[in-house]
Amino acid sequence: MTYLLIIISAVVVNNIVLSQFLGICPFLGVSKKVNTAIGMSGAVMFVMVLATLVTYILNQYVLIPFELEYLQTISFILIIASLVQMVEIVLKKVSHSLYEALGVFLPLITTNCCVLGVSIMALDLPSKFNFVEANSLGLAVVFALANSLAFGLALVLFAGIREQLEITETPRKLQGTPISLISAGLLALAFMGFSGLV
Amino acid sequence: MADIKNLTRGIIKENPIFVLLLGMCPTLGVTTSGTNGLGMGLATMFVLVLSNCFISLLKNVIPDKVRIPAFIVIIASFVTIVQLLMEAYVPFLYEQLGLYIPLIVVNCIILGRAEAFASKNGLVDSLFDGIGMGLGFSLALTLLGLVRELLGAGTAFGFNLFGIFGIQEPKMMLVFILPPGAFLVLAYLICLIKK
Repeated sequence: MTYLLIIISAVVVNNIVLSQFLGICPFLGVSKKVNTAIGMSGAVMFVMVLATLVTYILNQYVLIPFELEYLQTISFILIIASLVQMVEIVLKKVSHSLYEALGVFLPLITTNCCVLGVSIMALDLPSKFNFVEANSLGLAVVFALANSLAFGLALVLFAGIREQLEITETPRKLQGTPISLISAGLLALAFMGFSGLV
Repeated sequence: MADIKNLTRGIIKENPIFVLLLGMCPTLGVTTSGTNGLGMGLATMFVLVLSNCFISLLKNVIPDKVRIPAFIVIIASFVTIVQLLMEAYVPFLYEQLGLYIPLIVVNCIILGRAEAFASKNGLVDSLFDGIGMGLGFSLALTLLGLVRELLGAGTAFGFNLFGIFGIQEPKMMLVFILPPGAFLVLAYLICLIKK
């Protein structure tokens, strides 16, 4: 039940892209085609879950016991950067087809703020959702998974809209970024309809 | 002369937000009021100027292969400094900006300027470039915040503009303070600025 609550809340109610504005750069950058959008969301899902798992363990068993919480930002970003590198190397050896499919998106994820954002948010989940749960590592991982699903949902929906925009006539001034931003705004408006669900 | 060019380039011609479209996450996320926009802009500018200076000084020491991780560590250190300073001296702003302060690390503008400018130019040029880009970013954020605050709450920097007409609680379009408003206001501002 708790897990379901987290997933619904992350995917539709507090969508990470459309209501918290994390990961806007890839949201605007790689959403021209539905296929690339799916590739990007796959890569993000992979890294986000892994990164949250590692940063949560690091925070719980290294940073807190040694009172080094102020190193959170530095250590987290280093972990994410090296994880991305490692995932790239491992994928290249183990599953070359997946590596080809994710391609250029992997290195881009380092500077995707939703990965760092989610790994920081996952640290104080129990206080945020008012849960008293023993297994907060499990919560953090589910939270990361839910948020990466939310990212994928927003990205794929938006890519679908943009494919339509390509063939639509728009006023000259609105062409390009402005019309994309307006459609993103309308999408966000639609997602606001879910607020109050959880 | 070149210094002035470095300084003004970031403010108008290559404004990071309206022209280059970099650093969108904090732009949309924190600009619910003019004060928040200004605070975020100044915090980012502080990090940008210092990291630009440091990277331009260290550019000959950092090996080319590991330059991106090295830049990220330098930037993250300054972000931690800003985080601690803000927590101590402007706690209300720190609460408001919340998660977006540590996220300055992954702001594309800072890494972008480090890679494109500071790692190739001298200290003085990088300093002016940082100040210019920072000012451009702060101006854009403040403008966006002010428009949203005005449309959504009828106030400017917390001051009730409708108070002069004797209206204590003006009924405004709340949607501009909510997430969709961020996208819409930014879209129309870019549209106005675009030639």
